Amino acid sequence: MKLRGLLFGIAATLAASTALAQQPVKIGMITTLSGPGGYLGQDIRDAFKLAIDMEGGKLGGVPVELVVEDDGLKPGQGKQIAEKMLKTDGIKIMTGIVFSNVAGATVPDIVDSGALYVSPNAAPSNFAGKECNENYFVVAWQNDSLHESAGQYATNLGYKKAFILAPNYQAGKDALTGFKRLFKGEIAGEVYTRLDQTDFAPEMAQIRSANPDVVFQFHPGGLGIAFLRQYQQAGLLGKIPMVLAEPSLDATTLKAVGDAAVGLSVTAHWNTDFDNAANKKFMEAWTKAYNRVPTYYASQGYDTALAIASALKATGGKTDVPALRTALAKADFQSVRGAFKFGKNQHPVQDWYALKSEKGADGTPVLKTVGKVLSNHTDVYAKDCKL
Amino acid sequence: MTLVFEQLLNGLQFGVMLFLLAAGLTLIFGIMGVINLAHGSLYMVGAYAAAFAAAQTGSFLLAVLAGLTAAALIGMAMELLVLRRLYARDHLDQVLATFALILIFNQSVTILFGRQPLFVSVPPALNGSVQLLPGLSYPVYRLAIIAVGLLVALGLYLLINRTRIGMLVRAGATHREMVRALGVDIRLLYTAVFGLGALLAGLAGLMAGPILAVQVGMGEQILIMTFVVVVIGGVGSIRGAFFGALIVGLVDTCLRAFMPGLLRHVMTGSEADALGAGIASMGIYLLMAIVLLVRPKGLFPAHV
Repeated sequence: MKLRGLLFGIAATLAASTALAQQPVKIGMITTLSGPGGYLGQDIRDAFKLAIDMEGGKLGGVPVELVVEDDGLKPGQGKQIAEKMLKTDGIKIMTGIVFSNVAGATVPDIVDSGALYVSPNAAPSNFAGKECNENYFVVAWQNDSLHESAGQYATNLGYKKAFILAPNYQAGKDALTGFKRLFKGEIAGEVYTRLDQTDFAPEMAQIRSANPDVVFQFHPGGLGIAFLRQYQQAGLLGKIPMVLAEPSLDATTLKAVGDAAVGLSVTAHWNTDFDNAANKKFMEAWTKAYNRVPTYYASQGYDTALAIASALKATGGKTDVPALRTALAKADFQSVRGAFKFGKNQHPVQDWYALKSEKGADGTPVLKTVGKVLSNHTDVYAKDCKL
Repeated sequence: MTLVFEQLLNGLQFGVMLFLLAAGLTLIFGIMGVINLAHGSLYMVGAYAAAFAAAQTGSFLLAVLAGLTAAALIGMAMELLVLRRLYARDHLDQVLATFALILIFNQSVTILFGRQPLFVSVPPALNGSVQLLPGLSYPVYRLAIIAVGLLVALGLYLLINRTRIGMLVRAGATHREMVRALGVDIRLLYTAVFGLGALLAGLAGLMAGPILAVQVGMGEQILIMTFVVVVIGGVGSIRGAFFGALIVGLVDTCLRAFMPGLLRHVMTGSEADALGAGIASMGIYLLMAIVLLVRPKGLFPAHV
């Protein structure tokens, strides 16, 4: 009888404990891991994972499971993965998309099906204005802000005549529009390059003959590496100053460009040397875990994880989307970039800084923060959002 | 005027770069009848091998050797293991198999070198610029590319037209069965030709390293242009590849450089820039369409 009671007791305890142990909350990450843009997604994924590891497999005290899939920079593929995550896996929180064209095809499906999407990077203008959605949050920035800050900085530096270049596609056009919005001087030339262009010699000759005060160019990833190296080889580096937005010179391209990057001005919302507690904690953990310089994409992946953590903490791990949404909108977390809040279109309201690339201690260039360019900057589309 | 001259030089330099890739592609296509989409991967292999050797040893000469050897060896291995089985098959099968090779090469490079692009410095001897005309200084490295490209063109011309191997290659392009009937080991010839094509692609890749980004997928960017060159020049013809490459290089460069400026005379600045960029982007494809219309076999067809 006694034994039977004991066994019953053990069984009851076991049953209770399994019922109490939470199923980890699944977070879906669709990101670009293959092809030339693969390092962007890699940094976002690694930083997101780092935030989970730093909490011992949890976010906001809630056990989570990160499901990562590679979209291969193909909008169709992103859409398929989203469908699978939503319907088969029943995932309610998604993140990860790097490129705006993938986001354009994928995000509407996610938010319309009632799941939450928290963007760590892509933030095309069409989702920021009239078509803003209560389930759609952006932790990074609105695409235009990157280039608006560069336009403002070029104005601050007193340049009167700018030569501007970008690849001939939506993000390239947005970049030049963004730059022109806050640049007060005259545009000496506006050149659209090709997205598959590798040789920029004709553009270099055009720049030389236009002889502007400043060059602004938007060429992300490998394009930017080729552009900057050829700018140096054409003898323009040091002669005509260049102001860039951060996608044209991140920590990875900086390393590949080498000397050709020294002396360039970059505007950014985050840099490795930011002096705040959250950033120091992030930099220390990142360096220990991965031993490479994080790109700003990594900082955004990390911040996205912290934002999701703050929402999960508030709901106690319940994946009730309206409750998560309300909690997320408060932005109750310490961003590595310092001050951070969401505007009414659920895009960031944040400060923008000027960086300068200098020769570091080991001879390779590093980005140093030199000052603030814009404070509490929001985007022009927020006013059209009816949230 | 110096600007026009400089742009012509730029066009020439871009053209010889395209020629190195197109020469291999056209030989392989013309002689073996294989559409090799993975030709761009050999270009990537050359660039990565050279970048790796340069980073390890610091010697540009060793980097060149490494790039050439790696591209040629991997090219020949590719022919022996994969393409050899495809000669008798449909073009669609070849496209499928070589496309798979692109994916395999890209993923292998990602695993070996990571996703971050590599840094390659310009060799010190070729760093800097020289004064060609008053007011026109031009990077030495680009001049070196032009020189190497022209030398390779001359070498190929002599090889194809003056040697026994060249004779076999020419014969193989036009009368494959007859060459085989005469007792020539056509399999060996194919492997050798493929190796040569790969070597040239590797050369283009290693020379591109210091001016472009050495990254995964770099071959696919330039492959499309290379196919345009091959089609314009005439499939299987080295001479066609040479002139096709120069025409494409010059037309593309000049359109990009001068079209917006010319249009600015007749319309406002930003519209002219946008339209000019548009026309420049499709310029070489329009050219290809026109050539196909007038001379369906290309400008210098190999099979007459």
